[in-house]
Formats: sequence, C-alpha cells, structure tokens
Amino acid sequence: MAAADRPVDKPRPVYLNLFAIRQPLPAIASILHRISGALLFLVGIPLLLWGVQRSLASPEGFAAATAPLGTPLGKLVFLVLAWCYVFHLLAGLRHLALDLHIGIGLAPARGSAALVLVLSILLALIVAVRLW
Amino acid sequence: MVAGADKLPVGAHYGLRDWLSQRVTAIVITLYSALILGIVLWHGGLDYATFRTLFAGNAFRVATFLFMASLGWHAWVGMRNILMDYAKPYGVRLMLEIVVVCLLVAYGGWTIGVLWGQS
Repeated sequence: MAAADRPVDKPRPVYLNLFAIRQPLPAIASILHRISGALLFLVGIPLLLWGVQRSLASPEGFAAATAPLGTPLGKLVFLVLAWCYVFHLLAGLRHLALDLHIGIGLAPARGSAALVLVLSILLALIVAVRLW
Repeated sequence: MVAGADKLPVGAHYGLRDWLSQRVTAIVITLYSALILGIVLWHGGLDYATFRTLFAGNAFRVATFLFMASLGWHAWVGMRNILMDYAKPYGVRLMLEIVVVCLLVAYGGWTIGVLWGQS
C-alpha cells in the first residue's frame, strides 16, 4: 500500500528537536560518516592535491608543503582530516560487514558503532602524539 | 501526461548501480590506502627523494589515478545522497549538485596535471 493511500485517522505528533532527542550510537556513527565524508571531499581532496603537487615540484616545495605541519593551525587541520579519513574508512568497513549480514543484530550493531568510534579516536590520538 | 514526465532530474534513478559503485570504489580506496601505508612504513617516513622516485613510476601513477577516480565517483554518490536528504527544494539541490560536479571535474583535471604534468 502506497504511503498516500494509508488512512490517516488523526494528525500525528511531530517532534524533531534533534538536540533534545538522544541519538543511539549507530545514528551518531551514521551522521559522523556523512560529515567526515563531506569534509574529506570539500577540504581533504584539494589539500591532498595541493600537498602532493608542491611536494613533487622541488625539495623547497616538499619543505613548503610540510611546513604547515609545524604550526598549531596546520596540525589541527591535519588532525581533523586524519580523523575524518580514519573514521570514514572504519565506518565504511562496518557498512561492508553489515551488507554481508555480519553483525546486523541490535546489540552487535551498537557494539560495532562504538568500536569504530573508539578505534578512530585512538588512531587520531596516535596521529596527534606524532604531530606534537 | 507523457510517460516519465513526472520524474525529477535530481531523483535517485539507478539505486543499485550507485549502491554497488559506492562499495566497489570504497574497496579500491581502501586497497590504495593500505598500499600507501605499507610504503610509508617500509621507508620509515617519506623524504623528497623517495616521494619523487615513487611518483616517477608509471604503474604508481596509474594506480594513483585509479584511486583518485574511485575517490571522485565515491564522493559523487555520497555527496548526492547527502543533498537528496537535506537539500529539499529541487532547484537548490540541482544547483548544489552542479557545484559538486564542477568540483569533481576540477579535481580530475588537477589530478592529471599533478601526475603527468611535471616530468
């Protein structure tokens, strides 16, 4: 039965204050998957291309491309993008597992969402330690 | 009404193709990432000479191009999914999709320039 044919006996309450609804872990992982992906596309790819291009041009270019990693802002940008990459990759692998019907129960799905979040933060911490 | 006239140009059309290409490109991206990680760990970091030698090889350039093409296709599916969910007025959605496509083409040209533009 199409949605439009369904009898509507009474108007249903719509409550969509996203800041008041407590999101389950898989929902948090899902929205972060989208945010990290969009950031990688809009900021990550151009920075990657810029970095590789400058690095290949000359030894001075290589030094210039890696110089921002010595500044607090450069480190922060690199760290955020590194986390985006790691998180997006891990969340993607989780999705591939779900596609193969691995861990599709409620409890394992929550567990794997938590695992992806924790692992990505740990890997980002390693990057942070190496940066500072 | 003409058949198909009610279809939106910003609609979902080939759902299965998008679903599958998103996953296949994801696997290509993952394999290339593992390759890069392996190379960096093998050399214990990258200096200019190593970096330069790496990109001098045609096989590596082609692999990198394949990676970037996969990245672009993957990003297209993902960005369009995001726009289909949050950019509701379809004029706005179409405009934003055009911006994404322009960025993708620009990234593509830039990639070719980086890989083959300098000897």
